[in-house]
Amino acid sequence: MIRLALHPLHAEYGARFGSFAGFEMPLQYRDGLRAEHLHTRAAAGLFDVSHMGQLRARGSGVHAALERALPLDFDGWPEGEQRYSLLLNERGGIVDDLMVTRLADEARIVVNASGREKDLARLRSLCPTLSFDLLDAGLLALQGPAAESVLAKIEPRVSELAFMHAKTYGLGLVSRSGYTGEDGFEISVSREALEPLARRLLSDPAVKLIGLGARDTLRLEAGLPLYGQDMDANTTIVEASLGWAVARSRRAAGAKEGGFPGAEVYLREAREGSARNLVGLIGEEPAPIRHGTALLDAAEREVGVVTSGTVSPSTQRAIMLACLAASHPRDAPLYAMVRGKPRPVRLTPLPFVPKRYKRR
Amino acid sequence: MGDVVELPSSLKYSESHEWVAEHGDGTASVGITAVATEQLGDLVYVELPEVGRTLARGESCAVVESSKAASDVYAPAAGEVIAVNEALAKHPEMVNSSPYGEGWLFKLKLKGPVEGLRSRDEYKQSAGIEP
Repeated sequence: MIRLALHPLHAEYGARFGSFAGFEMPLQYRDGLRAEHLHTRAAAGLFDVSHMGQLRARGSGVHAALERALPLDFDGWPEGEQRYSLLLNERGGIVDDLMVTRLADEARIVVNASGREKDLARLRSLCPTLSFDLLDAGLLALQGPAAESVLAKIEPRVSELAFMHAKTYGLGLVSRSGYTGEDGFEISVSREALEPLARRLLSDPAVKLIGLGARDTLRLEAGLPLYGQDMDANTTIVEASLGWAVARSRRAAGAKEGGFPGAEVYLREAREGSARNLVGLIGEEPAPIRHGTALLDAAEREVGVVTSGTVSPSTQRAIMLACLAASHPRDAPLYAMVRGKPRPVRLTPLPFVPKRYKRR
Repeated sequence: MGDVVELPSSLKYSESHEWVAEHGDGTASVGITAVATEQLGDLVYVELPEVGRTLARGESCAVVESSKAASDVYAPAAGEVIAVNEALAKHPEMVNSSPYGEGWLFKLKLKGPVEGLRSRDEYKQSAGIEP
């Protein structure tokens, strides 16, 4: 198990640790998940997400070459802009979801902790002319309505960043993004600068450390899927309801239609639909309905499965992401089987809690 | 963790982290200990037994759920459920904030004497807490 560079700092703040994707991660601190979650929605939460992989792609024609691997379009993509994308296998299954930032002569790609090695291998095989390195750097996320005012005390120019834009400042590469549904930043910093920056941010009364537990409930409220839980290598783009992540020009009849791994599967499902889709559900009782819980229709036929579920700390309702058969009518009765008893659930548009990104 | 865990000496404890408070009139209140709530983290849901149900000692009779896991609660003594803590439906977090007070789970009309439970000190030792 890999220990984070900031492990001692987490321990100092009373972290309870647990293993996640081969890392010993802080799950929660002294105040507990609920308080941490609500603090992030009300002020600013600091997350050590250094377990995520930070890749750098370089080489001649780096941007065009990456289009062979990812359903992106680098034409007209301004330097410093960040986009969400998907790494796919030949069957159109999702190998990982990732964030790509276009820099002048390179691209930065942030991948899930579980994807560090496999993504690197996949990207290298899809783009043999490029070089990919795993950066030895830390990653801090500062999320919440107070994130901008807190970070601007250290670097006033971060206020100029719009959502999904990144720029290198003295403290590192800062992007205005995150995975909580809140406004906020992710800061890529050198190992040496990591602890001083974390301590400086924590000296602000608006900032608290937030563990992986609250990170999970925050992203779920925002309706954001988690790789390995809501989707995996057997889930396609359309099944994961992530068609929006495919650049317009890479879709059917676009100027650069297809041309990425599994594109035939994507194009067919975009046209004809997939047999199942990722949807949002709300339970009628405020009881958590968890990953793996079967979903039945009124005739007790299994029509889906819950992929993530919790009680929303913000709304106190049972919220879920679920993989549901496309054949199940959207307004038909649906039940989650919990400890042998059916609990009624219903479809609801995502997100569960409105996103508060700072777009321009 | 590392903070002092409150364990009242007036209560009896089970190995599976329930407590029993005998009221001296053949009834008793049941809840889960601060050791359990500390392990579970913030509770988000509590499923309680139905009033009138007869419980055998050691029978699974309630479920406490945190964000990450659901845990069974076992009857620490045999008896009939005569009341449940209805307030927990809206405020499951009371089990965390007050495990021996507002966060009680249910009351039993005891069937015979309470047996086989531990004193505070015995429980402390078995739960691995420094005396």
